Amino acid sequence: MKVSYYPGCSLHAMGKEYDQSMKAVSRALNIELKEVDDWSCCGASAAHNTNFDLSIALPARNLIAAEKDAMDVMVPCAACFNRFKMAEHHLKSDKDLKARIEGVLGARYQGGISIRNPIDVIYNEIGIDALAAKVVKPMTGLKPVSYYGCLLLRPPEVCQFENYENPFMLDKMMGALGADVKNWSYKTDCCGGSLSVSKTPIVVAMCDKLMAAAREAGANCVVTACPMCMANLEMRPSPNMKMPVFYFTELISLAMGLPGSKDTFNSHLTDPQPLLNQLRLI
Amino acid sequence: METFLEEVNKKIHGVPLQACYHCRKCSAGCPAASYMEYNPNKVIKMIQNGQKDKLLSSSTIWLCLSCETCITRCPNQVDIARMMDVLRQMAIEEGVAAKEANVLKFHEAFLSSIKFGGRVHEMLMTVHYKLKSGDLFSDADLAPTMLLKGKLALLPPRTRDLKSVRGIFEKTKSK
Repeated sequence: MKVSYYPGCSLHAMGKEYDQSMKAVSRALNIELKEVDDWSCCGASAAHNTNFDLSIALPARNLIAAEKDAMDVMVPCAACFNRFKMAEHHLKSDKDLKARIEGVLGARYQGGISIRNPIDVIYNEIGIDALAAKVVKPMTGLKPVSYYGCLLLRPPEVCQFENYENPFMLDKMMGALGADVKNWSYKTDCCGGSLSVSKTPIVVAMCDKLMAAAREAGANCVVTACPMCMANLEMRPSPNMKMPVFYFTELISLAMGLPGSKDTFNSHLTDPQPLLNQLRLI
Repeated sequence: METFLEEVNKKIHGVPLQACYHCRKCSAGCPAASYMEYNPNKVIKMIQNGQKDKLLSSSTIWLCLSCETCITRCPNQVDIARMMDVLRQMAIEEGVAAKEANVLKFHEAFLSSIKFGGRVHEMLMTVHYKLKSGDLFSDADLAPTMLLKGKLALLPPRTRDLKSVRGIFEKTKSK
């Protein structure tokens, strides 16, 4: 299949491991990516916290750019995904707003393409069985908890992602890779990402709570699909609370034995290599 | 004259706040509630009571993380997350000093970065935030690590058609 690809700012900087592994996995699963032409930032929390119209117009500019290629747009970053879905929701439900935003952009929004996250694309288009069939190196000994966070799921009528209080697609995917996925009650709890820089002490407490819960569940790592969660969970927990955090695509890439799959582990802020070495996965 | 409640409801543009029957699910599920001066459901009560000044100058509106747990669990679909956005925006428009000043300064630094290059450049944005907030030394140890790990691009990324991005900021400026 072929989709438009919106990397967003994070995937070209802090979240580069996500971009690299996403591209490798897409290639291996025959998902052809066409980057949205001349994309710009989605506005993230900063826009919707301060100016509603701006928070719709910024992602709308990218949606309109993606519409030119007439393919569904795949948005790996959970934060960008949320802002895209939010813009779509408001533009489709509020005619006055749509007219106003089209005036700002000088272009029409058609609303004809779907906004999709790679978890959904891989789970629903490729399928768990096809994924399991491509595993050459089972993730034996890896005990992840899957961490979805806020932005893929909420609000549910906007994100329309999956079971919003107890999602399972990531868990099933990690299971297909041979990992011993641990169940826990914190899959959709907030990590405090939006205040990570400006109110750090609050966020340290939130991240410590998550890490403590992951340990209690018997996990030795956390799997995420959000660059904000990744940065936050790697940087903010107290030193004795830290544990390796992976993008789900990094583990798919490793399990499929894709070239370069070990490269992304070098740039993590909490080094996952000792764990992977100990389990003889690298 | 419009009451504070009418003003907020108009801006939320959804289920009116009067639909809240104070079951407090929002406050129970809110990860930031214990740090807030007023819990989310109390904010609704205060809006109904017309306590505008008290709310706009409170820390509560700036400590909301926008995790959207409140609206997800509200039995009446009251959009509390959007309500918090509306209150923050009102505070900005009316020139009320943000009680959690650094939260707003971070947002401003982030938006300037978009205006500058169309895409966010994390290093420039962080420097800008630090200069605005005066919080020069926190996370200072992270910068060299990130540079070494190639996580901070040296050159700011650019959207080619910057004019269109800057036009969005210009045309959506609050009057």
